Amino acid sequence: MTFALALEQLLNGLQLGVMLFLMAAGLTLIFGVMGLINLAHGSLYMVGAFACAVVAAWTGSFWIGLVASLACAAAAGAVVELLVIRRLYDRDHLDQVLATFALILMFSEGTRWLFGSFPLYLDIPPLLQGAVPLPGGAEYPVYRLAIIAAGAAVAFGLYMLISRTRLGMRIRAGESDREMIGALGVDIRTLYTVVFALGAALAGLAGALVGALQSVQVGMGEPVLILAFVVIVIGGIGSIKGALLGALLVGVTDTMGRFLLPKILALFVPPAQAGMIGGAAASMLIYIVMALILAVKPRGLFPAAHA
Amino acid sequence: MKKLLAAATLALSVSTSGLAFAEPLKIGMITTLSGGGAGLGIDTRDGFMLAIKNSGNKDVTVVTEDDAQKPELAVQIADKMIQSSQVDILTGIVWSNLLMAVAPSAVAQGKFYVSTNAAPAALAGANCNKLYFNAAYQNDNLHEAMGEYANKSYKKMFILAPNYPAGKDSLTGFKRYYKGELASEVYTQVGQTDYAAEIAQMRASGADGIFVFLPGGMGIAFMKQFAQSGVKIPVMGPGFSFSQDVLPAIGDAALGAKASGQWAPDFDNEASKKFLADFQKEYGRLPSIYAVQAYDAAQLILSAAGKVSVKDADAFGAELRKADIKSPRGKFTFNTNQHPIQDIYLTEVVKQNGVLTNKTVEKIFTDHKDAYAKDCKI
Repeated sequence: MTFALALEQLLNGLQLGVMLFLMAAGLTLIFGVMGLINLAHGSLYMVGAFACAVVAAWTGSFWIGLVASLACAAAAGAVVELLVIRRLYDRDHLDQVLATFALILMFSEGTRWLFGSFPLYLDIPPLLQGAVPLPGGAEYPVYRLAIIAAGAAVAFGLYMLISRTRLGMRIRAGESDREMIGALGVDIRTLYTVVFALGAALAGLAGALVGALQSVQVGMGEPVLILAFVVIVIGGIGSIKGALLGALLVGVTDTMGRFLLPKILALFVPPAQAGMIGGAAASMLIYIVMALILAVKPRGLFPAAHA
Repeated sequence: MKKLLAAATLALSVSTSGLAFAEPLKIGMITTLSGGGAGLGIDTRDGFMLAIKNSGNKDVTVVTEDDAQKPELAVQIADKMIQSSQVDILTGIVWSNLLMAVAPSAVAQGKFYVSTNAAPAALAGANCNKLYFNAAYQNDNLHEAMGEYANKSYKKMFILAPNYPAGKDSLTGFKRYYKGELASEVYTQVGQTDYAAEIAQMRASGADGIFVFLPGGMGIAFMKQFAQSGVKIPVMGPGFSFSQDVLPAIGDAALGAKASGQWAPDFDNEASKKFLADFQKEYGRLPSIYAVQAYDAAQLILSAAGKVSVKDADAFGAELRKADIKSPRGKFTFNTNQHPIQDIYLTEVVKQNGVLTNKTVEKIFTDHKDAYAKDCKI
């Protein structure tokens, strides 16, 4: 194994991690502040991707599509919060899971009804096309580097928002004691809507960024949602810092597992079998890591204070 | 309920247009109409229904249900269709893992299964069944053709497929004919959407050719990411990787990719031209190979049902085996294991009038048979 290959795989792991962070940040924020399990988060990811693909096809500009994806996902999030989620805060988690699962079905069928079942086309903007050389002789796609940069910017922005602004202060207060900040006169209903829309916008951004790399199609959000749940469980539910570290851990573990396990197995068994067994084992690896972390730290790496 | 059934039977029996069957025929179609694989299922359904519609026959009912690409759901639907809807024939499953969950138990209950796509090796050899027909191919076939093609100009191939029955059949088929060296053999997860880790290995492998079997959304994701990676190794695959259902979403990144197929839109025969024109008129898009396969499956069922009753399984099976249809593929006959004997062609992705499609380059195999028929004792 060469240095160039290892570096490229590390970047791949980082990029997957950053993408997962965008999903997990919203999910964990919503759980932390409102105590709500939102299974429909993957649908908001899909909304972002579809909005970007449709607007980009219509205007010819990926960037306008990206803005549209943020706006549409945030709007969809706000509407869903006002119409459905608002009624679920006082219910137990099972009711929340049922209602948000129903939302997944509605979003999926609604999207299919509007755009059909065939995947939409969304291309990478000309500015970010192609690959740049890496030290060691390999090349790396510019677009993936841009995703890493975008994710880092969002992580920094969220940190500033939560630690330095009035809204952030309220979010932190909401995480520690929901009833108390309501009693202190903060408009808790608006705060909830804003937080939900913020989480939705982040999911929409992730969907749009990844949509250009993969295929924009109905049901694209659910596989990512499962990984995002693994991330927030590892990171500690409700913790943004935990979501960031958990996402990077899952991203790098998954990528390196897919890459290294078949190679290691190939030392012991024939290559065809090594590929098959290694591939299967690699798909379990992040769940094994999650189980190990939970065995040592049952509430995740950074448990939220109030839980 | 009985009254309703009686009324339905009456309504069917007095219908006048089209050919009348010896007995009304009920077909259960289980296919993928939601999720990442929905494009494949929709083409399957549309191709199938086109043949039914063209026949003008009113004695045939098709019940369609979505399996969401989930084996457990497919099994439930099959049970329901067999036990309460009383279908005579099941068809439509796209994915081999779903087919393995449904077909063996359906034929054990005395129902015909005519496959429109999935064709796992496990059902083509010793475990073949006289009620199980495959109108598409045997899973290995298109991959075998690419193995044969790769021998011409490639010395070191990197091969990749998803980790499920058809993925294993794929790489087995490729290796059966490919004589050169293998740089690496990689299995990915079914439904995987990020191939960065695999593309990095391709770059480092020193391979001079890449063979990928990635149907549906998986292929779209792979091709787009590959085009951005700066890796310049030629990519090839079976027809599924560059089929009409995924080409518009891949975009120009697919241009020039070589694939194998039993049919392409430029086939020069009457049945193919008629199929192409009818499909475009009915649905306003180009058909994929899934649509052709389903179209032929429906034609096969109709041809047999026009002559004998489906209740007489031996006679119906014998009629199916004759394959008395005009396939858009040109030649089409059944082997002893009730899988097709057909020609397989090399195709290339081109842009015609602004639309990406596949063009025939040359014939790879003539009257190709699968490797498992010899183990089948029917």
